[in-house]
Amino acid sequence: MNAAKKGEATTPPTDLRAILSGVIGSSGVRLVDLTQTLSPDFPPIVLPPEMGQSRPFRMEEISRYDDRGPGWYWNNVSFGEHTGTHFDAPIHWISGRDRPNNSLDTLPIEHFIAPACVIDCGAEASANADFLLTVGHIAAWEKQHGRIPAGSWVLMRTDWSKRTDAVAYQNLDETGQHTPGPDPDCVRLLVNERDVLGFGTETIGTDAGQAAHFAPPYPCHYYMHGAGKYGLQCLCNLDRLPATGALIVAAPLKILGGSGSPLRVFAIVPASRGGG
Amino acid sequence: MPEPATQPKLKNPVLRTRQPTLPPASRSRVALGLTAAAARGRLELQVCRDCGAVQFPPREVCRTCLSHCLVWRLQDGRGELLTETMLRNAQELFFRERLPWRVGIIHLDAGVNVIAFVHASVGAAPCRVHIKAALDRAGQAVLIAVPEHGRLDLSQDPKLREMTCDPRSRKILVTDGKSALGQAVVRALAEAGAERIWIGEAERWKKAPGFEALRELPQAMIVPLDVTDGNSVRELAGEIGAKVDILVNTCDCHRTFSIASRRGVETAQLEMDVNYFGLLRLAQEFGPVIKARAADGPTSAVAWVNMLSIFALSNYPTHGTYSASKAAAFSLSQALRAELGQAGVRVINIFPGPIDDEWDQLERPPKLSPSGVASAVVEALKGSVEDVYPGDVAQDWLARHLDNPKGLERELSEGAQ
Repeated sequence: MNAAKKGEATTPPTDLRAILSGVIGSSGVRLVDLTQTLSPDFPPIVLPPEMGQSRPFRMEEISRYDDRGPGWYWNNVSFGEHTGTHFDAPIHWISGRDRPNNSLDTLPIEHFIAPACVIDCGAEASANADFLLTVGHIAAWEKQHGRIPAGSWVLMRTDWSKRTDAVAYQNLDETGQHTPGPDPDCVRLLVNERDVLGFGTETIGTDAGQAAHFAPPYPCHYYMHGAGKYGLQCLCNLDRLPATGALIVAAPLKILGGSGSPLRVFAIVPASRGGG
Repeated sequence: MPEPATQPKLKNPVLRTRQPTLPPASRSRVALGLTAAAARGRLELQVCRDCGAVQFPPREVCRTCLSHCLVWRLQDGRGELLTETMLRNAQELFFRERLPWRVGIIHLDAGVNVIAFVHASVGAAPCRVHIKAALDRAGQAVLIAVPEHGRLDLSQDPKLREMTCDPRSRKILVTDGKSALGQAVVRALAEAGAERIWIGEAERWKKAPGFEALRELPQAMIVPLDVTDGNSVRELAGEIGAKVDILVNTCDCHRTFSIASRRGVETAQLEMDVNYFGLLRLAQEFGPVIKARAADGPTSAVAWVNMLSIFALSNYPTHGTYSASKAAAFSLSQALRAELGQAGVRVINIFPGPIDDEWDQLERPPKLSPSGVASAVVEALKGSVEDVYPGDVAQDWLARHLDNPKGLERELSEGAQ
């Protein structure tokens, strides 16, 4: 469009669509849905009850072809910004509160499509629910797949999303939640030396379940958002992504001053790449 | 003394389910004074302030001095059964379906004659008796003669047992079994002979101390139920609604905030969502099917119990938003009572004072133990009351509220900081 000069033939938008569908429809590219279904049964984040609570997803019928609205079916839905598969904006954390363009309505739209590096921690997480991703793991991954490019999502595959039972998914006991996540040094490396776009997980937080006891508490939230980076949580199907080469489409709702939102996340994957 | 049948016969599914009938429900406004007291298990009669004469039946002016100054006063109910009869004919459908009825005339020591149902355990007239007030299936006060030194145990009389909501052999849903109170209610109902107890469990991923042990009760069955989720309530009502004889709503969200101590409305909304909308969702999904089974044999659907709070009567400012949500639930319970009452299903409201749990931690004693409140629930079901104020604090607040509501409001506001 920007190349079009007066008098020259412009490319009609229908052709752009034709190009995209040609690519997507061919064997060259496949799409992978990374989104959990929003439902009242999907567990929300757990905080001590005296604290403010994030509302779980709820759906109340407005009408269903009945006396409340004879010809149509629709619902009122309610949920916290951080419900289901969701996006964290920098303003979510106190460390990111003064960043420019830190809320959903001001995020640069260019960030909504970005490459992904997928680090497979499935075996480690299944052996140890409190597994922590370390600098050493990053180094090993980079040795095999190359340096994590600036501006990419780092997605921590743990296969946690395969825990369809909510109790196993939350994995709470008397000492809190036990879910995998990154350790503080790992987060510092990704933020300071790799300049990633953000960090994504299959669990309820980008931080490990026990991260309240880390220094600093919740390091992934603290450092990522403090540096203007993003978070993606409650992802699924990461096992169907290649280690590199996937493009992530993650465009949260445009909420004025919003700190995050549920969203549809999907990946555009070259068919030739592995990952199932 | 006749024992109630322990194992009622199973329903014959080819026969039409019997439709509920009610005893005559109309009362004059003044006669409702008798009902107001009976709703709390008390026998009150009018007493003339001028000449001291006790009145019966309820009236506008004194039967001896024509004074208008008649006030309701607690009576000990002692008297003599002068004569009795067995009623073998009745035009009212409710009585006709249950003939015969033992009724008698009792001369109270207080000086008036009353007509009362005579409990099976009372000997032949003439003899000394004790008159108690009870609520019948229409929710109105009736008088019952029991032996002079006996307790009113309606469940020991096969006919009068219908005035109770005895949990024995009944199937009961306790909507939240995770709280200490919910667990105590489940155990008390099991103790009282409930045949089946469905125990609602919300947020399965949060383990509650003591909850798992409920699975060991032979009649217990844990079911998913989150009253903040309409779908969850609808699912469960579809699954078990037609089997629930008694619903005990123990769902409670208690946060301890005043208006100024919590910014925003999120927490207050959560309280409303559980305490008020939760009741509304339950009432919409379970109410109609419970109402439809109000005459379904010896273990018909009989009661709906709401766990309210004494804070519902007058706002306790340090628990301001919680009080408001309980007041809303109280108001809705009156609507539910009106609807279910048409079929004779009793709505019982429990108004406990502070309970010895984490949310009333900072309240000074006396505090109620969860098992104490649970006992009050069972006692209410075995009896024939609809408003229960267990514990000293609740009794004290109620007395102050009845005496001077504005006074109680002022007194409670002194505690607010």
